[in-house]
Amino acid sequence: MKITGAEAIVESLKNEGVKVIFGYPGGAVLTLYDALYAANYPHILTRHEQGAVHAADGYARVTGDVGVVMATSGPGATNLVTGIATAYMDSIPLVLITGQVAVSLIGRDSFQEADIRGITTPITKHNYLVKKAEQLPRVIKEAFFIARTGRPGPVVVDVAKDVFAAELDYSYPEKVELRGYHPLWAGDEAVLGQVVDEMSRARRPLFFVGGGVNLSRTAEEVRALAERTGFPLILSLMGLGTVPSAYPRNFGLVGMHGTYAANMATTECDLLIGLGVRFDDRVTGLLQHFAPKAKVIHFDVDPAEVNKNVRTDIRVLGDLKWSLPALLRRLDPAETAEWGEKIAPWLRLLEEWQKENPLTYERRDDVIMPQAVIETVSDLTGGEALVVTDVGQNQMWTAQFYRFKHPGSWLTSGGLGTMGYGLPAGLGAQVGCPEKHVVVFAGDGGIMMNCQEFDTIAKFGLPVKVIILNNQVLGMVAQWQRMFYGGRYAHTDLSGRTDFVKLAEAMGVPALRITEPEGLRETLERVLAMPGPAVLEVRIPSDEDVLPMVPGGARLDQMVMGGR
Amino acid sequence: MKHTLAVLVENRPGVLTHISGLISRRAFNIESIAAGYTEESETTRITVVVEADDLELEQVVNQLSKLVDVIKITDLTGIDAIHRELALIKVKASSETRSDIVDIVDIFRAKIVDVNRETMVIELTGEETKIDALCEVLADHGIIEIVRTGKVALSRGPVPAKDL
Ligand SMILES: Cc1ncc(C[n+]2csc(CCOP(=O)(O)OP(=O)(O)O)c2C)c(N)n1
Ligand SMILES: [Mg+2]
Repeated sequence: MKITGAEAIVESLKNEGVKVIFGYPGGAVLTLYDALYAANYPHILTRHEQGAVHAADGYARVTGDVGVVMATSGPGATNLVTGIATAYMDSIPLVLITGQVAVSLIGRDSFQEADIRGITTPITKHNYLVKKAEQLPRVIKEAFFIARTGRPGPVVVDVAKDVFAAELDYSYPEKVELRGYHPLWAGDEAVLGQVVDEMSRARRPLFFVGGGVNLSRTAEEVRALAERTGFPLILSLMGLGTVPSAYPRNFGLVGMHGTYAANMATTECDLLIGLGVRFDDRVTGLLQHFAPKAKVIHFDVDPAEVNKNVRTDIRVLGDLKWSLPALLRRLDPAETAEWGEKIAPWLRLLEEWQKENPLTYERRDDVIMPQAVIETVSDLTGGEALVVTDVGQNQMWTAQFYRFKHPGSWLTSGGLGTMGYGLPAGLGAQVGCPEKHVVVFAGDGGIMMNCQEFDTIAKFGLPVKVIILNNQVLGMVAQWQRMFYGGRYAHTDLSGRTDFVKLAEAMGVPALRITEPEGLRETLERVLAMPGPAVLEVRIPSDEDVLPMVPGGARLDQMVMGGR
Repeated sequence: MKHTLAVLVENRPGVLTHISGLISRRAFNIESIAAGYTEESETTRITVVVEADDLELEQVVNQLSKLVDVIKITDLTGIDAIHRELALIKVKASSETRSDIVDIVDIFRAKIVDVNRETMVIELTGEETKIDALCEVLADHGIIEIVRTGKVALSRGPVPAKDL
């Protein structure tokens, strides 16, 4: 059957089961968009390409499906870059189809030409430039396969403009044949024997759970391991939600703004079992002193993660969906039942740390404390919401004070730390899960970076609730200036004229503001109960810090403590 | 320590960008890189010489292996293999010094591939150290320019790198 390149792309997307596209049209993709029109393909027009890619990212995080983005050549494609890098750092599966100038114009600095393949090479799992229509079905098939398998990631497919109009004999390949790409599934069984030996020897064992558990959907397996072994757990930022916050042996977030108990546990443990983690520098603090007393076991699907940052004693390579059940099968309940006694003193120590130094803050009644906002929303939603954050203090307070219940219910830009992520990611999450409550926490700085997407949530009637924690500063940067730069606030003051309520309303999103602690709960309740999208601006003090904090270059046990 | 890696890749546009981009982004210590076609039209073979300790080498191999177009990487370092590089050296040569240079070329089993009134071009194939040595000796005569291919390597015996 002869069809055009554009039609072939639409057919291929159907074959991949793509339910919705996030995108923004332009000259180079006119033919492609015409084919979407003809097929009546579901498409969300964001108000900026960066919004589209973060939305697809949010969609992918909550559905587990590949997020799909379309954009035009040149500026359309370059506007995707931050979002692609964000997805790459957090291993989120995306396929991005960009238009390129016509084949005959490539390489001549033609109008709206940008070498998006070259630009995105360091921030994609793989990328393509398609110059012949016949290649399209194979390339699209490969792109989806690569994006979703192994360690997921974004794949860019740049398509020359004339390829959309050229005809080809269409048939969608059944199989992918890539000589150089064989995602890991099962690894070496035997090594699990060594793991069990170490586990039975350990007196101070600790599970360290990361985003890989979310990506591989193995939260239940982790839970089962925790139950079987009785070992305590700590979580990376990306691992939040994998184990419920209320789980008794979950000692919470580790790293720069981690809990006292989690950071001390890392320093004092004799066996650290990393599950789908990458030992980011925000987790390890001073690398040479990370987990100094521990043997390290690393479970991951990506061999390149082993020994990248932290020296690993035992590696268990393979999909966690393979390795965790396999480990569980090797743990003899009769034997593990005896472990409780040997680790009891360790658990008592952890509980003491937690009791003596819990996450806390000053409960003031003259101003609204940001932590109280998060706690109240946590309470009101019962941990059932999809929680999305922007970047900065608002992100860390949410990580610390929201009580998570479910895996996959926490969306944040962990690896890249992209301001402007929250609102569009929340938009995408809501498209993916229309029946869920989506709550976005953002700062007054970050919300401005993609505030145009208020218009999109209004237009599509997406009931996203956006809570702007307005401290009138670039809070996280100001905190560093306060702590390490003698309070010299170089360009972090945001106090200005912007009326966030009017801003949201101008784009069709109902909005409220609250400035006094009086009635905080009722106001939050009211906003959360609104049927459509809504914004609540909350005025919070400018000088509240996120604590505890491990200063850059310090050891995990050298926390600056908070809570008065 | 120096390691010589045989990297087999898909012969596709963009492969070299992916590889060189990765090397510079991850700050690997690459000493030389030489690429060319192979016995299979679909495959390009790249010989990479990297200065790395065991941990660094593991990272280089693992990160390169992650590239979709990289089919196989074989470390030829501990293996019995032939290591060669080709150099072309343009050296000043007057009628007085010419015979002296010819002697040197003979000793090194190099070849003279171009001669004119003022210069000679010498071709030498061999291990890196041999080329270094020739360059050192010729330096006395005044080297005008040198071009070197970077090392290529092939294991001895019947088994190709892709099956090692
Ligand atoms: C795109 C981008 N630019 C700059 C930064 C650096 N940065 C990190 S946090 C932060 C302050 C964020 O301020 P705001 O959005 O008001 O959040 P707050 O910390 O006050 O909660 C900045 C500028 C970043 N992470 N991302
Ligand atoms: Mg702020």
